Amino acid sequence: MSTLEIRELQVSVADKEILKGVNLTVRAGETHAIMGPNGSGKSTLAYAIAGHPKYTITGGQVLLDGVDLLELSVDERARAGLFLAMQYPVEVPGVSVSNFLRSAVTAVRGEAPKLREFSKDLKNGMDALAIDPAFATRNVNEGFSGGEKKRHEILQLELLKPKIAVLDETDSGLDVDALRVVSEGVNRFRASGETGVLLITHYTRILRYVKPDFVHVFSAGKIVEEGGPELADKLEAEGYEAYTKASA
Amino acid sequence: MGLNEKPLSTLHEKSSYNLDDFSVPTGREEKWRFTPLSRLKGLHDGTAEVTGQVVTQAYTPAGVSAEWVGRDDARVGQAYAPTDRVSAQAYNAFEKALVVTVPKEAVPAEPIQIELRGGGTAGVAYGHIVVKVEPMAEAVVVLDHQGSAVYADNVEFVVGDGATLKVVSLQDWADDAVHVSQHHAQLAKDATFRSFVVTLGGDLVRLSPSVSYTGQGGDADLSGVYFVDAGQHLEHRLLVDHSTPNCKSHVDYRGALQGEDAHAVWIGDVIIRVEAEGTDTYELNRNLILTDGARADSVPNLEILTGEVAGAGHASTSGRLDDEHLFYLQARGIPADQARRLVIRGFLGQLVDKISVPELRERVLAKIEAELEK
Ligand SMILES: Nc1ncnc2c1ncn2[C@@H]1O[C@H](COP(=O)(O)OP(=O)(O)OP(=O)(O)O)[C@@H](O)[C@H]1O
Ligand SMILES: [Mg+2]
Repeated sequence: MSTLEIRELQVSVADKEILKGVNLTVRAGETHAIMGPNGSGKSTLAYAIAGHPKYTITGGQVLLDGVDLLELSVDERARAGLFLAMQYPVEVPGVSVSNFLRSAVTAVRGEAPKLREFSKDLKNGMDALAIDPAFATRNVNEGFSGGEKKRHEILQLELLKPKIAVLDETDSGLDVDALRVVSEGVNRFRASGETGVLLITHYTRILRYVKPDFVHVFSAGKIVEEGGPELADKLEAEGYEAYTKASA
Repeated sequence: MGLNEKPLSTLHEKSSYNLDDFSVPTGREEKWRFTPLSRLKGLHDGTAEVTGQVVTQAYTPAGVSAEWVGRDDARVGQAYAPTDRVSAQAYNAFEKALVVTVPKEAVPAEPIQIELRGGGTAGVAYGHIVVKVEPMAEAVVVLDHQGSAVYADNVEFVVGDGATLKVVSLQDWADDAVHVSQHHAQLAKDATFRSFVVTLGGDLVRLSPSVSYTGQGGDADLSGVYFVDAGQHLEHRLLVDHSTPNCKSHVDYRGALQGEDAHAVWIGDVIIRVEAEGTDTYELNRNLILTDGARADSVPNLEILTGEVAGAGHASTSGRLDDEHLFYLQARGIPADQARRLVIRGFLGQLVDKISVPELRERVLAKIEAELEK
């Protein structure tokens, strides 16, 4: 059973301190929602854990099953079992979706999947997320609509089967149907009970499909309140005002 | 004859069959300022001993002829007159020219393969090739350069009325090769010309593809990819001379450079003369600089002498690999060096997709792949 432990994490961007000591533990079988206003540092947390070069860690630790992820390269973290679904997935010109996915699956599993098996997994994965098979030959995220990009992220989640998934606003920009399709994908991923999810969102909408066990309120680079699913309803009703004032 | 009588533009100063019309370059000339003359092994100053060898063989499908002809054959030099010293040197020194003819309305089933194999760098070799595609014929030609050589040549592509010629030229030389080459295409009325240049090997390669039009409706597409390693000088100098109305040209060259003193030069000259109304042209060069110590010089020149163009533009970019691309791939577990290869192959591969013959496309991709694995 896997555990992601974030301890006193401090992160700066361009010499500006953004995260000011974040503590959070995500265990297998748990889903944690992080909610917070724009600019509070939610994506910074996600990118810092994944190892984006733009972010500088100035203090703290991130442990996945006791291994300090911060000591690993970006690809080593992914192979260790971490996955980040990005708020703004990157377009990679000239690299086809199928080539990309096959390379990623090969890297994460440590061996190339049998071609036939992979084709089947890919087809099933795409079907389940209502992704047109033609996307396999398109370039990664190039010209995809916002919703298509998000579905493509969840397709990767399902193919790569990480231990811990960080989903950064996977729900934003989705219409109701797409939201349902994407949520079902996340729920399939959670179903084994052996994986943990850290779900970053602005809205309670997705939490109706993907029920969190814990809700954390993020403001000005810190977790300022924690609770169960009921906290999300309170945020929905009252907004973040109370927290942004408190931290100002 | 032809070209040398045209009104002169600043980009295309002169052409002549006479070696004495070109002085020995010093390196200060606009035409030669990027080329390391000391590495030309005497190709430019007449000091080279003509004892080298490049074995040239043509493999032609049924219906296509290939002949070796003497210097005085009427088909030689018909479409092109040399425009620089090395080209003139080659023109005056080759012994026999290869003339490939695709007869009127013929559509050969297979590509015409011309293999050029260098036999060492002791002494230089000169060559001349003419590919003549007669009216309404359609052909594909592969020029495949391998081995070691110090070689200068002129290649004339004569594309007849309504004819189509697709050329893939692979400069896959050994590390010590020196190659200076002119590829001139002359397009008759409604002719279509597709050129795809792949330059990977050689110590110094200077390839100058040029296009002229003798009738309206000509359409030229010139693409190229190059991969420059440490110490290599790979130079491509394009000249499209629009002198008749309503013709098209599209130029897209892309390269990746890595290692100390890897040097790429791309010159894209396009002239739209007074009489060339309705011209539609675009030229683009993009360079990926993979390491410190590599340098790309990229100089597009668009000289427009008429007010009536359908479209004219150019762009040139040189930059590093995008960190965001690499991060995205690595965040999915793909190791850094493999992620780099995927992005570079993607960058060059997008252009390779333009090669319409599948087996040639595969062959070019395999060459690029092998280069990336090095
Ligand atoms: N390159 C940078 N230079 C300076 N500040 C930056 C830079 N990149 C991000 N920031 C700042 O870091 C802060 C946190 O940004 P982050 O993207 O983590 O917020 P967020 O909570 O994800 O917001 P949103 O809800 O809009 O996605 C913001 O104030 C942002 O302006
Ligand atoms: Mg964000």
